[in-house]
This record gives sequence, structure tokens and C-alpha cells, in this order.
Amino acid sequence: MKNHHTMDKLTRQHHWQRARRLTALLLALWLTTGFCAAFFARELAGLSVFGWPLSFYLAAQGASLVYLAILAFYAWRMRKLDREFRA
Amino acid sequence: MKPQRTYFQRLRYYYSLFTGGFACFLIALAALEQEGMPRVWIGYLFMFATIVLYALIGVISRTSNVLEYYVAGRRVPAMFNGMATAADWISAASFISLAGGLYLHGFDGLAYIMGWTGGYCLVALLIAPYLRKFAQYTIPDFLAERYGGAENAEHGGRAVRILAVIATITVSFTYVVAQIYAVGLIASRFTGVDFSVGIFLGLASILVCSFLGGMRAITWTQVAQYIIILVAFLIPAMWLSAKHSDNPIPQVAYGKLLPKLSAREHVLQEDPKEAEVRAIYRQRAADYEARLKTLPASWEAGRIDLQRKLDSVKARNASLLEIRSAERELVAYPKSADDAERAWTDAREQYLQRAEPITPHATPYPGDKATSDIKRNNFLALVFCLMLGTAALPHILMRSYTTPSVHDTRVSVFWTLFFILLIYLTIPALAVLVKYDIYSALVGTDYNHLPNWVSYWTNVDKLNPLFSINDVNHDGVVQLAEITIDADVLVLATPEIAGLPYVISGLVAAGGLAAALSTADGLLLAISNALSHDVYYKLVDRSASTQKRVTISKLLLLAVAFIAAYAASTKPGDILSLVGAAFSLAGSTLFPALVLGVFWKRANHQGAIAGMAAGFLVCIYYMLHTSPVLGGSAAGQWFHIAPISAGIFGVPAGVLTIAVVSLLTPAPGRQTAALVDYIRAPEQ
Repeated sequence: MKNHHTMDKLTRQHHWQRARRLTALLLALWLTTGFCAAFFARELAGLSVFGWPLSFYLAAQGASLVYLAILAFYAWRMRKLDREFRA
Repeated sequence: MKPQRTYFQRLRYYYSLFTGGFACFLIALAALEQEGMPRVWIGYLFMFATIVLYALIGVISRTSNVLEYYVAGRRVPAMFNGMATAADWISAASFISLAGGLYLHGFDGLAYIMGWTGGYCLVALLIAPYLRKFAQYTIPDFLAERYGGAENAEHGGRAVRILAVIATITVSFTYVVAQIYAVGLIASRFTGVDFSVGIFLGLASILVCSFLGGMRAITWTQVAQYIIILVAFLIPAMWLSAKHSDNPIPQVAYGKLLPKLSAREHVLQEDPKEAEVRAIYRQRAADYEARLKTLPASWEAGRIDLQRKLDSVKARNASLLEIRSAERELVAYPKSADDAERAWTDAREQYLQRAEPITPHATPYPGDKATSDIKRNNFLALVFCLMLGTAALPHILMRSYTTPSVHDTRVSVFWTLFFILLIYLTIPALAVLVKYDIYSALVGTDYNHLPNWVSYWTNVDKLNPLFSINDVNHDGVVQLAEITIDADVLVLATPEIAGLPYVISGLVAAGGLAAALSTADGLLLAISNALSHDVYYKLVDRSASTQKRVTISKLLLLAVAFIAAYAASTKPGDILSLVGAAFSLAGSTLFPALVLGVFWKRANHQGAIAGMAAGFLVCIYYMLHTSPVLGGSAAGQWFHIAPISAGIFGVPAGVLTIAVVSLLTPAPGRQTAALVDYIRAPEQ
């Protein structure tokens, strides 16, 4: 019984560690996207994608699409993680 | 698994039916318009039909069950929860003012798009799944339980709960007033009823819906409202897009239009006629400057001049019209030297602003190096505040309680952003499309051949013209500098600018109404739940029966709704600035406590109280200190950060205070640690 309990605790801790790592990674991606798109907007304005100046595209669409991808990836990975530890 | 799927399928079936029915309604109205039905009737029909529809959904989903009333029974499928949250989220400001804001400010306005979408990453990664695992009813519930204090968990949470309730109410109330204000605005414009009648019409529909069925009713209403919002926003944008670029998908098409717009801006900037108009504005500003310098003598002289003019007009027996206009001028003249100073300073500022060269739409942070850097910093600060504010808005976070599981909550946030982006990716496109239309079609037209929509919108609100156009240099041709356009009018006028039938104008108005009503629904529920569940049930009467709790909640909802409607009928501030303040406040007060509550076990009772208070106070102080509307002055700004971004100081203040105070006081007890472990653990 005692053994079972410590094992339970370990797996939980491991789960939390991996969840936290995933969260930190995605937060870093979130921060980089937003910060770079805004901070370097003047430098990026010269480049162009499909007619948009790159900085305008990033602020109007690109960054938001990256955010959506982050959410999709997070939901998918966390479900996998939850399943692994439930098994 | 099986019943869940059939439930989902049933919902999908109902809403497909609804969408089909709505399409038929539109087609029928379009046909009636062809047959010559008057415009005002179309406006009435739209208002009436949508309000009855929302009320009907409210009646069908009425409930007195606590679980259903507070969290819709926790069985809303992820996709529908996402749709409802998107409707909850898309406020009057997003629907009506945002495209206009982008039209006026170009690149710098995109901070709203980035901030209001990026916030959902924080919601999903840091807060929503943990709230769902916690599985209670409100945001103060979570904070009170987590920061309950070591000695007596039942009692220790009181102070935290009260602070959280105050924050919830302050934030939601400013926001809800802005929504109800917008309801009144739209209703009065499109049906011609009085502003306050419009407010109370909208209020009636909000009340029938949330009063009868709480969260359950507003969820199903919001899904319907989202569908209307989407249709109303996309149709005019797609039409304009097809007109200007042969591609009906505006999000893709406007890339081609942007270089054309920039070229047009360049041509207009160099145009000598434009320069002439701007020079006239500069001259007028200088006139006001001269009069301001010689106050109060100039005020006295001006008044005597007007009086003499009136006398001479009367003496030479001029027409009644002339006498009237001379009288009006005298009445409108400032009543005292102080009044004159205020009015003339405003006028001078306005003319100086209008004398500015054209802001290039696609250029980030235009201006010289120093101004440009300030603009960049403000952009970053605003994005930061909007993101953190989004992740701390009680009416959005409340939504994470309503899904069947933690996984569904994560998926639901994804759907929320997906449905929001369908609108938000169109907004910058719409701004560019309308701007191109005005720059290339309206500018350069003869004053005798102005399009119909121009005369319609210049006449809508005589006191505060939303759209005005004057032949300043008397050359008979429209110059860009002669047009002033208010941010709030753009979306509402788009169908007419695009040359669409009036039915589409009615549809857009119904969409704006849906956006304002859906957000108001969610906010009122957040406020009344905080009052009934957190204050009444948790703090006053722990033994109240479930029946009594729901009844109290409904009564409070009614009271709050009327107070909010009264506040809105006094017409405070403009919509966007009110909503902006709510974000900084929410971020500064609630965000640090919520996130540290999940991710830092050491955060304790004392830390949370001090941190929430510090964040709140710093934010409020900065706003009062720097916002001219609230009695401060721009001179007091720190690092030139605008008052709307007060959260940039409030959030770090909150986080630091929680950290320092927590470390100086004893660690939280075993119970708290167990709670944190529980919400972090995967679902069984």
C-alpha cells in the first residue's frame, strides 16, 4: 500500500514536471512571437509577404495564427500526457 | 461517450436549423425591400425578431437548478462552449469600434488584434484547465479556497474573497456599462427610438434571457448570437473585397490592396489642394492660439462682436433665418472666460490634429526617432495589458467551469480563439478595404455628386457628428483632409459604402446588437454570481437552500442590470476607453493571484491580499494621475506610457508584492498544498 502510494506520488510529480516544461516552452514561443512582431516592426516593414509588409502581416494575422497553433498543440500534447499517466 | 455524442449532434442539428431559418429571414426581407418596404420597418423587424429570438431561447432553457444556473450543468461540448465564449468576448467595442480604430490609427491600432488574441494563450496555458479541475462556480471561489489562510481555512478566505469580488465587480461593471451604452446607440440609430428607450429595450432582452436560465440560457443564446455576429460581419467585408480585388475572401485579398493604398496615400500627401486645406486648419489653430493668449479681453470682445452683429441684423430687418443664426451663434458662445479657455483649447487641438500629414496605414510607429520609440513602447505595453487583462476577465474565465472535462476546457479555449479569429482576421482587412474605397472613390468627388450614404451619416447625430465633410477651401471637390470620420461609424456604414441593399445595414446593426447583448449577458451574470454566490451564500448565509440561492441571484441580476442601464443612460466616456481601463484593472488585480495560485505553492494568504490590493491601487493611481478624462494630466506619465496601459505597472507590482509578502510570512498549510496538488494532477 505504502509502495503504491509513493509510486502514485512520483508519477504525479513526473506528470506535473512535463506539463510545466510544455507550458514554459509554449509560453516562450508566445512571448517571442508577440514581442518580436511588435519590437522589430520597423525593421521588418521592408520585407514583404504576398503583398503585405511583413510587420503588418504579423501583427494583423501572423501572430494570431501562431497563438491558435499554440492552443491546438497544447490541447493535443496535454491529452497525450494525461492519457500516458492514467494508463 | 454515446449520449455525449448524440447531445452534440442534436445541438448541431438545432443550430443548423437556426442558421437556415436566419438565411430565409434575410432573403425574405431582401425581397420585401425590393417590393418597396420602408427602411424604418426593416430596422424594426431586425430589432424585434432578434430580441424575440433571444428571449425565446431564454424561456426554453429556463432553470432553477443551481448547477444549471451557475455553470450550465457542466456539459457544454467544447466547440459550442468555444462559440459561446467567442460571443461573450466579441463586445460592442470589437464589433463596432475596432475596425474604425484601425482605419484611424493604421498599424498602431493592431495592438488590439494582437493583445486580444494572444491573451487566450495565457488563459489556456496558465488558468482555465486548473479552474476546471477545481470545479467550483466563480473566480472568487478559487482565490478564497487557494488563499484560505493556515489557521482557519473556512474563515481565512473571507478577506481574499471580498477583494476578489470587488475586483470582479469593478472590472465587469465598467465593461457592462459600455455594452449597454452601445445597445442604446445602435437601437436609437436604426429604429429612431430615443436613446434611453433603446437601452431599456435591449435590457429587456438581456433580462428575459439571463434572468430565467442563468448560464445555461446565456450559453445557448450566445451560440445563436455568434452566428448572427459572424454573418453580419463577413457579408459586407466579402462584398467590398470582391468589389476591389475580385477575390471574395477579404483576409487574403487585402494583401494586394495594401500597396495600392500606400501609393494612394503618397499621391494625396503630395497633392497641393490637400496642403491648402491643411494650411487653413493651421491658420484656424493659430487664430485660437492668439485669442487664448489675450484672454479674458478676447472673450469679452468676441461676445460684444456677436451682440453687435445680432443688433445690426435686427436693425436692417434681415430675414428670420439670418436673425436666428445670429442668435444661435450668441447662445453657443462660451458663457465665461474659463469656458472660453476650455472650448478654444479643444478647438485649437482639433485643428492642429487635422492639420497633421496623412498617417501611412501600413507603416509601424510613424514619426521621428523619439516619437517612434514612444509609440513602439506604448504598443508593447498595450499588447501586454490587453493579454493579461484577457486572461483575468471573470466573465471569460467563468466559462472554463462549464465544459464536461479538463481536456474539453483546453479544446474549448482553442475553439474560442478559432471563432474569434474568424472575425478578428477580417477586421484589419475591412479597415483597409473601406479606407481604400474612401481614398480612391470619395476623395476627388464633386460636392454636388456626393454618394447617398454621406448625406445620411452626416445627419444621424447633429450634436456629435459621426461623419462630417465640409468644403473648407471652397473648391467644390472633396479633399481627404475635409473628411472627419468617427471610429464608431465605420462598420455600421460599411454596407452603404459598399453599395449593398439596406437589409444588410439592418443585419449589421443586428450583429452589433448581438455583440453588445451577448457580452452584457455574460458580464451581468459574472457580477450577480459574485454577489449572490460569493457574498450572500459564502459570507452571509451558509445555510441558504439552493432554491433560495438561485432566487437571490436572479433578483440581484435584475438590480445590477438596472443600475448598469442607468449608468449607461448618462452617456459616460467613449466605448473603447472604458473597456480599455477594465483590462488593465483586471490584469493588475486578478492575474498575479490566479497564476501564482497554481504555479507557486509558497504563495499564501497574506501575499494574495497584499498583492491584489497593490496591483489594484497602482493601476488606479496611474490612471487617475495621467488620464485627462479622470482629472490627471499627461505630464505625469512614467516612460510616456498612456493611462490605458496602466497594467504595465500594476501587474509587476502585484506579482512582486505577492512574492515578497508571501516569503516574509509563514508558508501556507498542508490543506492548501493538497489543493494545489489536486488541481495540477491529471483527471482520473
